[in-house]
Amino acid sequence: MTETIKHHLTDTLLTAYAAGNLPEAFNLMVATHLSLCDSCRAQAEALEAVGGCLLAECGTEAMAADALEATFARISTGTAVPARRRNACSVLPQPLRDYVGGDVSAIRWKPVGMGVRQAILPTSSAASARLLFIPAGAAVPDHGHRGVELTMVLQGAFSDEVDRFTRGDVEVADEELEHMPVADPGEDCICLAVTDAPLRFNSWIPRLVQPFLRI
Amino acid sequence: MCKDASEGKHLDRKQDGARAENDWSGHLGRIVEAQDRAAFAELFAHFAPRVKSFLMRSGASPTLAEDCAQEVMATVWNKSHLYDPTRATVSTWIFTIARNRRIDALRKDRRPEPEDLPWGPEPEPPVADVMAMQQETEMLRVAIRALPDAQRELIEQAYFGDLSHREIAARTGLPLGTIKSRIRLALDRLRHAMK
Repeated sequence: MTETIKHHLTDTLLTAYAAGNLPEAFNLMVATHLSLCDSCRAQAEALEAVGGCLLAECGTEAMAADALEATFARISTGTAVPARRRNACSVLPQPLRDYVGGDVSAIRWKPVGMGVRQAILPTSSAASARLLFIPAGAAVPDHGHRGVELTMVLQGAFSDEVDRFTRGDVEVADEELEHMPVADPGEDCICLAVTDAPLRFNSWIPRLVQPFLRI
Repeated sequence: MCKDASEGKHLDRKQDGARAENDWSGHLGRIVEAQDRAAFAELFAHFAPRVKSFLMRSGASPTLAEDCAQEVMATVWNKSHLYDPTRATVSTWIFTIARNRRIDALRKDRRPEPEDLPWGPEPEPPVADVMAMQQETEMLRVAIRALPDAQRELIEQAYFGDLSHREIAARTGLPLGTIKSRIRLALDRLRHAMK
């Protein structure tokens, strides 16, 4: 799986994830990609080591006199945290399953026209995340972007002016890019898309419905 | 980065830090194998005041930082069986726990975590791998210390200050593109220093 991923997350995004400075929707994108991509995971863990070095040198603040006892009390009421192991058979990696409440069959799709469906995921309002369903061979309307939009393939593949994207690949679109993604003919395409601004569609009909779609 | 009053104090802490890094993964091992409270007490004495300092520098009040630092250290105990010394030093691992607690407490945002790798920490991790991780992290630490002030401060702001790139730009009055390229430049230098 990992070796087939050609389009990775940027260092800027991985740094912000390691430092803990991304909005929830972008955190979800990074966590989902890292679940599939060992090279980005290694890069993210190297960036966490920067945080570890800073923590080691950040100085100290005296703890309360009874802090150790109080912490032992918290430990005795807490429980050991179980590992969340990779489930190779599912289309949605665990971070997404947590939001959807299951795998693909649990997604509550809403049609957005021309066979394309979406499901908006509940995240904080700083950025938005949604799953996209593009029927095999179908296209998403030609659109530009106001902010940054990341799209990651979870099932199938799509192609646009830039390249072809398959499972785990992330396309980073900014204000420069106007594209029309087309799903491969063989299989329906499912993607995770996150953006920090509403999409800007180029044909007037999608633009009119945009406020109602919350995209 | 901390500004020390005297060079001597700085050296002392440096030596203490280097020695300590070599010891802490053993402390976690003792907690996993024997629920060793003495090992935890030593880990707590070293890391809890640093976690508290980290949280206060991120904007937490002393009361909130104390509460969160205790919570972080309790999580260290409860997650100790998940720590893998071939992938992170104890400082790095505790940083990730403190960072997540900071996001919960200060940003009120969620931070989904990736799935764990299909394999867990090995019961007896290869000593050479553990040593290599500690040495590389120590080299990274030296490299961060050697960065020009402006670059080091940017990295600190990104990791401690709870600032986005945009917010860093607003605070320092530098254009966003410059900040991003400076952070990338700093990371490039860090990576080269680790080779």
